[in-house]
Amino acid sequence: MSSEPVAVVGIGQTKHVAARRDVSMAGLVREAAQRALADAELTWADIDAVVIGKAPDFFEGVMMPELYLADALGAVGKPMLRVHTAGSVGGSTALVATNLVRSRVHATVLTLAYEKQSESNAMWGLSLPIPFQQPLLAGAGGFFAPHVRAYMHRSGAPDTVGSLVAYKDRRNALLNPYAHLHEHDITLEKVQASPMLWDPIRYSETCPSSDGACAMILTDRAGAARSPRPPAWLHGGAMRSEPTLFAGKDAVSPQAGQDCAADVYRQAGIADPRRDIDAVEMYVPFSWYEPMWLENLGFAAEGEGWKLTESGVTELDGDLPVNMSGGVLSTNPIGASGMIRFAEAALQVRGLAGEHQVDGARRVLGHAYGGGSQFFSMWLVGSEPPTS
Amino acid sequence: MTTEVLKAPLVVEFPFTRSLGPVQSAFLTGLREQVVLGVRTTDGRTLVPPVEYAPVTADEIRDLVQVAPTGTVTTWAWNHAPRRDQPLETPFAWVLVRLDGADTALLHALDAPGPDAVHTGMRVRVRWAAERTGAITDIACFEPYDSASDSEVAAHDGQFESMVTGIVAQARLDYSYSPGRAQTAYISALADRRIVGERCPSCRKVYVPPRGACPTCGVATAEQVQVGPGGTVTTFCIVNIKARNLDIEVPYVYAHIALDGADLALHGRIGGIPYDQVRMGLRVEPVWTEGGRYPDHYRPTGEPDADYETFKELL
Repeated sequence: MSSEPVAVVGIGQTKHVAARRDVSMAGLVREAAQRALADAELTWADIDAVVIGKAPDFFEGVMMPELYLADALGAVGKPMLRVHTAGSVGGSTALVATNLVRSRVHATVLTLAYEKQSESNAMWGLSLPIPFQQPLLAGAGGFFAPHVRAYMHRSGAPDTVGSLVAYKDRRNALLNPYAHLHEHDITLEKVQASPMLWDPIRYSETCPSSDGACAMILTDRAGAARSPRPPAWLHGGAMRSEPTLFAGKDAVSPQAGQDCAADVYRQAGIADPRRDIDAVEMYVPFSWYEPMWLENLGFAAEGEGWKLTESGVTELDGDLPVNMSGGVLSTNPIGASGMIRFAEAALQVRGLAGEHQVDGARRVLGHAYGGGSQFFSMWLVGSEPPTS
Repeated sequence: MTTEVLKAPLVVEFPFTRSLGPVQSAFLTGLREQVVLGVRTTDGRTLVPPVEYAPVTADEIRDLVQVAPTGTVTTWAWNHAPRRDQPLETPFAWVLVRLDGADTALLHALDAPGPDAVHTGMRVRVRWAAERTGAITDIACFEPYDSASDSEVAAHDGQFESMVTGIVAQARLDYSYSPGRAQTAYISALADRRIVGERCPSCRKVYVPPRGACPTCGVATAEQVQVGPGGTVTTFCIVNIKARNLDIEVPYVYAHIALDGADLALHGRIGGIPYDQVRMGLRVEPVWTEGGRYPDHYRPTGEPDADYETFKELL
């Protein structure tokens, strides 16, 4: 028996900001969920199950958010699941929800991910004083910067590529009313003049710290037929994991990322991602990860990804737009960041992305990763139902 | 040789902040003013403590009502040995109290001389804290109090002078942490300024620090292998911002270092060379300081740089 086609019929986000002091966490998630329901023109009674994701517990000190948030998400009397895969959680949460529909366990599922970074400190959460262990000598950027240097060495990329990514993503964010950073006076010169924090990573090439939530309503073929607005159809979705550290790990282009993409492309019948996919919304917390992931996801050969960035291919009006929403570089409520990528992919193929809409986007990839390149989750959505 | 496995306390604590939103803001500010507020659901029940969204209908609920400071115990459990930061220092009862006018019960402490003095259905009242800040601890506890139940409730706009809009939720977890057998052996070798990893019996890779199992093969490791002291900088970054709790002058170089004989790079600081002259392939060795558990940093050995091909798998 074939699996049920899955459609995205509702998407809701909060306006992402540095601090939402006016709402509780319940109020924050409620806002995104209500917007998704409004988009789908559905009510709480139409939802069969709720799947929620958030950042690691120490990031906010809420150990069982599914208990506290059941009321706000209308989950009483319904199954509620929580997913937990570090920074990729927004993506894997959406995929768990997807599989409930795909397997015909439920017809219509609300999935949501959030974080209030302002109520906690992610760097503290990542650097607990474990006895006997040598403390990490650098901070989050310091963890990733050596991998960026390794990429630059391997690819021979000019050192300006990172600034081009940041300049592009921040300009894209200006077209997205939900994005956190709206730097109206951004220039390439300003990005390139910003302080070097963890050489080779500059301040302007890092992500902000945001409060925000993102929700989606997933449904089956019958639900999609009732949708008032065009649905996005799932063509492929996959997750892969690997240890953060192991002998032979390629931190520049992790095997788990390559395998995850290959699985998605196989499901979706994608022979050549560069040709067959119209746009990509990927998890780029530091600018250099754009060329690195372009290679990891098969859009460019090894060592060639930066050429797509440098030649303008990944610009909003380019041949393969990347991070149309402004990306993680412009908005980073960590627990929600993966789902925002997936939601942006769906908005694009629905033709509902507003000012950052890519003309004729028919197949778009959403990508998330997390935990020291340990977890990967991706989906490919299309404007037409899958044929097989 | 068996070494006793290391163990040490690990305290994880953080002052998380919480934005309250409109309903919790009114509830906690009300406690400060000795007013207990509940919320009315669209199906006509009164919830105390109040919530923002109705459990049954999922409606947003904002109709606040004031309930009585007296109520009835619906169930209880005796706490023989109160722990740090619990409401009372002497043994007490955890109680669920349905305040007069409420349809749900509030969890709190009941001050009573012993378990024989507590029963389901007993009447109690709030004992207010002398100093109130807008927190659940503004109710110091409940105490026995004979009175008739009065279920009258009055609508309340939830507005008070200087509303409490946020709280600090001080969280603390006390762990007893052990790094396990493999790390204990590694740490005791460090005391002799030797760096000892373990080899996987299946893939033959040498892990430093060892974790007692190979993450790729999933098998236990036991064979000890001394590595270094020389090693190669495989990649690095220059840190220009001071990290919290680290007493190191910036800029400094944070590097991945593949010690000779290891199949995985470890992380360390590079010294004894200007930061802008560090390069991939630089040959280094550890520098130990008196009393330090780990090498303080790594310095150049003066050997020619390693060829990229020899360390490209160890970035």
